Amino acid sequence: MANKKPVEVAQPPSRQSTELLRELVAHLREHRTQLREEWANRITEAKLLTAMTKDEIFAEATSVYDNYVEALATGTFEALQSYSRNLSERIIPRGVETHEVVGIVLLLRDVLARSLFAKYQGDFTKLNRILDAYEPAANRIANTVAVGFVQERERVIRQQQEAIRELSTPVLQVRERLLILPIIGVIDPHRARQLTEQLLRGIRTNRAKVVVIDITGVAAMDATVANHLVQTVEASRLLGATVIVTGLSPEIAQTIVNIGVDLGKMNTVGDLQGGIEQAERLLGYKVVPVGEAIAAA
Amino acid sequence: MEVPILKQGRYLIATIQVALSDEDLLQLRRALLERVIQFRSRGVIVDVTALDVMDSFATRTLRDITYMIRLRGADTVIVGIQPEVAFAMVQLGLTLEGVATALDLEEGLAHLEQRARSST
Repeated sequence: MANKKPVEVAQPPSRQSTELLRELVAHLREHRTQLREEWANRITEAKLLTAMTKDEIFAEATSVYDNYVEALATGTFEALQSYSRNLSERIIPRGVETHEVVGIVLLLRDVLARSLFAKYQGDFTKLNRILDAYEPAANRIANTVAVGFVQERERVIRQQQEAIRELSTPVLQVRERLLILPIIGVIDPHRARQLTEQLLRGIRTNRAKVVVIDITGVAAMDATVANHLVQTVEASRLLGATVIVTGLSPEIAQTIVNIGVDLGKMNTVGDLQGGIEQAERLLGYKVVPVGEAIAAA
Repeated sequence: MEVPILKQGRYLIATIQVALSDEDLLQLRRALLERVIQFRSRGVIVDVTALDVMDSFATRTLRDITYMIRLRGADTVIVGIQPEVAFAMVQLGLTLEGVATALDLEEGLAHLEQRARSST
């Protein structure tokens, strides 16, 4: 996914701050074990990442720490970006929340800043300059990780929305040239349009002559959507298919009457069974129990 | 651009291949009516599969053709309206009322056959 956010161009740091950063990185590398452990402990204390075991937290903390220091040292964020995306991919399905990810990155920032305070507390000017070099870089790192996580989450959400949308409007063939379209749940204008598209396409590909639209599972619809339904019925007729609408609730029936639809155009039957039976009659099918069929032959 | 009209037994088949000007549409109407009389056709199929847009004039002309041919005692079927075109037409209120429609040429012929059977 090489998308969206262009890789930020790192500003050329002044020579002095480069040196300070180098010193800083050396310090962080030297105290890696200790700082990493402290960080992991702080994460557990703060009850973050509860979905993961202590060992997992420690393992992730190690890689995040190394990537963090790496980003500080090189001033480039691509590696960290791809790592945070990869991390998000692994932890999102386990239910890790945004505040947890942001929380642990800020904790690391805190742990490191504290260790810098401890180291340079005797020399305030130096501490000041070190912090000047550290803060912007640390902020950007926190930003990168958080944005990476949120982007990944959004991608997952989009994917799921897509999946739900496709699942929500099946066009099914029950017999040669007979389709049914069961609609369940709330219909908004977007879904209504999608429904129409799928139905019209379904009529074409299945060469349907009769379509039964069952709206038993729809509790209510507003005038716009009801109008859309009527339009769908007419568009289907232009493709040469007859539409039978079944399962209208009393509320929907009222809506349709209120918007003043010419009921001559709408073919409605009480329930799905009746709709399918009428469709079969239209197509010239006759369903009889096996015994009777044999007796008649 | 003149629309070719083919004779197939007792039916006429007109296939519109490109978007037509208003003049072409009127020409099609004249030609179809003449041929229906000339060949004593029982049915006419107008195939619009190739059209990706149908304006109000085209729709009205097709409807007029259907009505006029009915006065000659023959049936007309419009076939091959694309799904997107169909929905666009309905939204514009162009519903081809009283005009028979079918999915494609084959369905159109089947429809005419059925009409012929039920009327005899």
